[in-house]
Order: sequence, then C-alpha cells, then structure tokens
Amino acid sequence: MFGNLDFDVIRRSLPYLFLDGMSFTLMLTGLSALGGLIFGTLIALMRLSGYKLLGRIAGLYVDFMRSLPLVLVIFWFYFLVPYIGQWLTGASRPIRVGAFTSSLVTFIMFEAAYFSEIMRAGIQSISRGQPAAASALGLTYAQSMRYIVLPQAFRNMLPVLLTQTIVLFQDTSLVYVLSIPDFLGAASKVAQRDGRLVEMYLFAAAVYFAISCVASYGVRRLQARIAIVR
Amino acid sequence: MNYNWNWHIFFEPNPTGAGTYLDMLVSGLLLTIKTALLAWIIALIFGTIVGILRSLPSKAASWIGFCYVEFFRNMPLLVQLFLWFFVLPELLPSGAGLWLKQLPNAPFWTAAIGVGLFMSARVAVQLAAGIASLPRGQKNAATALGLTTAQGYRYILLPMAFRIIMPPLTSEFLNTVKNTSVAITIGLIELTGQARAMQEFSFQVFEAFTAATVMYLAINIVVVTGMRFLERSLAIPGYITGK
Repeated sequence: MFGNLDFDVIRRSLPYLFLDGMSFTLMLTGLSALGGLIFGTLIALMRLSGYKLLGRIAGLYVDFMRSLPLVLVIFWFYFLVPYIGQWLTGASRPIRVGAFTSSLVTFIMFEAAYFSEIMRAGIQSISRGQPAAASALGLTYAQSMRYIVLPQAFRNMLPVLLTQTIVLFQDTSLVYVLSIPDFLGAASKVAQRDGRLVEMYLFAAAVYFAISCVASYGVRRLQARIAIVR
Repeated sequence: MNYNWNWHIFFEPNPTGAGTYLDMLVSGLLLTIKTALLAWIIALIFGTIVGILRSLPSKAASWIGFCYVEFFRNMPLLVQLFLWFFVLPELLPSGAGLWLKQLPNAPFWTAAIGVGLFMSARVAVQLAAGIASLPRGQKNAATALGLTTAQGYRYILLPMAFRIIMPPLTSEFLNTVKNTSVAITIGLIELTGQARAMQEFSFQVFEAFTAATVMYLAINIVVVTGMRFLERSLAIPGYITGK
C-alpha cells in the first residue's frame, strides 16, 4: 500500500516547508497570541470595570466573535482590512495589505475574544481583599491592576492561556483558504506541484501532531508545578 | 468608505439560474445545519464510547481512550479533513479507494465524519470529566445493588453525567456548527461557501458576509435558547444548576 509512494519529496522540500512555511506559522501564532492577550486583557478589564456601557460593548464583542466560524472571520477581515487601512491613513482608495498583516489582524481580533474570557476568569479568581488592600495602601486603580491583580491572574491562568495558544497554532492552518503559504499551505503547494498529496499531507499531519503533543505535554508539566506552589 | 452598497442584491437572480442570491445563502444554511447535525450524532456516539473508556478502572481502557483523544486533538481540523478526503482513498485497496472517490456527495460525508470524529474527542473529555465529578458513592451503590458495570453506567452514571455536562455540551454543539465551515476547503458549499460564491459572482462582499454572519448569529441564538429550556427541565434537583 505504500509501494508507489515517494517520501523523498519531503526531504527535497524541507527547506521550503520549514524556512518559509513553518516560520510563517510560528510567527503568526506568536504575534497573534501576544496581541490577543493584550487586547483580551483590555476587553476583560472593560467587562469588569463597573461602567455598564463599557462592559456591555465588550460583552457584545466577545459574544459576537465567539459565535462566528473562524473561516468566515478570516474572509471578513481579508476584505475589510484594506478599507480600515484607508480609514486610518486617510488615503483616497483602499490600501494594499499583505497576506501576513491581514491574517495577523484577523487572528488578533478573533483570539482577543477567547483570551479575554480566560483573563476575566483569572481576574475574578483573585480574592476581593487584594485590590481592597491595594487601594488602602494608596495605589491607584491602574497601579493595583499592574502590580497586584494582573500578574497573579496571568500566572494562575498561564496553563489555560498556553493551551489556547496551542489551539491557535492549529487554527492558523485555516489561512489556507486565502492561499497563504503557511506550513500547511506550503505543504499543499508542493503536494499539488508534484502530485504527491498523500506523502505531503501525512507529513504535515505528523509535524502538527508532534509539535502539539510536545507542547501540551509541557503545559501539563507546568500545570503540575504551579499546582504544587499554590 | 467608497464602497457601493446594494442591499437589493439578495433579491436579484443568482447566476446558477435557480432563484435569487438569498436562495443560495439559505441552501448553504440548510447544508450547514444538516452537516452539523450528522457530525454531532457521530460526535455523541464516539464521544460517549471513548468517554466511558477513559473513566473505566481498567488501565488499558483508559489508555486507549487517552490515545484516541490525543490523536484527534493534536491535529488541526483542516489537516484531518485532508487526511480523510485526499489520503485515505489512496491508502485503501484500490477497489475500496475508487468506490470512496466516486461516492456522490463525498465532501458532505467526509465533512460530517471528519468534523464528527474531531468533536468526539472533545465530547469524550467532557463526559469523562462529568463522570469523574459524580460522588464515588454512586458507583459503589450501583455495585452494592447488584448492577453490573454496564448496568451501572446505563442506569446511574451516564444519565447523571450527561445532565451535569449539558452546558459545555451546548457550546461543543455550537463549535460543531462553526467547524463545518472548515469543510469549504474540501469543496462543501455550506453557508460560508455560499457567501464566498455570492461575493465572487456579485462583487457585493460585505452584503454577502453580513448575511452569513446574521445567519450564524441566528443559529447561535436559537440553539442557546433551546438548550436553556432543556437544561432547566433536565437540571438535577439539589445541584447548583438544579431547582
């Protein structure tokens, strides 16, 4: 059954797959996780701020993003980002946006909704006495968030945040719908060029599987360590 | 924004010659629902089996359950669909492979099975957690009453666990609906696919995507409302969610 397969095609395309494809995937994953975490924390703070209107807006954004499929959101932003750029820069026509920027904006906006729910749970898990003690010490709201609440919330939620980042790593493969050469896109380009779908897709699956397995094993170890400390 | 809005586009005939653009989107919506329901049935069946395996005292059984879950959770759904759609027919004996390739509606069946198995790993994790959350006494009481392990699961543990994990199962079902859109990559023209087709034919990008967005939101609202009623009527008295 593996008789007429040519696994040498993988070796020949390794530089392209990893230097171009995987570096795109990892860069997109890392930057989206970072951006999603920053925006997600802001959204979580809005929801917990006590201002009804701010909280309502943030809640609507999160519910809205979470009820849409990622593929649809990718298409939305692909067409929307040029117009947003035009609006931001005041240009006379929609600006040209590269594939990487477009998908980065998409994933940051999409993941912010998911990260915000994690950070909200993290902030709510801090006992009320701590921000109260902070304000008794004369810290402002910003200072108490910066020095007391957020560091602990972030630390408690680190395993969940990392698990979400593994999900994000897998989800970046969906930029395939825009024919962007991320790792899977690169594998698929080689597969179609050389007519070697079976070999390339099996290899791509194995690589995703190995990376996600190792990463989630690391998260489990981390979780066990944090559990002892607390 | 210099974009030509045209909301009447939905009532203009679509280029396939069968009805309006709105009809196109509605047929996509129906296909999304159909695929999601079939995938959900598959996810529930396999998820239940694997969830039970994971909760059994036997080391071998829980190891099999663990491997199953890891296998389906550590690969992107898109890659899994490619494996089912492009790779599987090539690895089967040539007769079976040919039969698979010539199957009418292949994208639909592949999508339903692929998404179903992908989601089954998540259902299994939820169910195993639900069973683990039951007090140990329940299993012991079942044994003391003379029920076999199978009877204990059938009459005591599963009915309790399923009622407890109703809320996470609701969001897993919604994930199933959303995940069917990944099947656009193997040629399933569901709701997102029809919106994309409409955008390509009519150039009215934002109208097409707005309509698809509204339809996904509608599915969400209907499912969440329906499940809230179901949760309330199935809530276990004495538990936090119960009366």
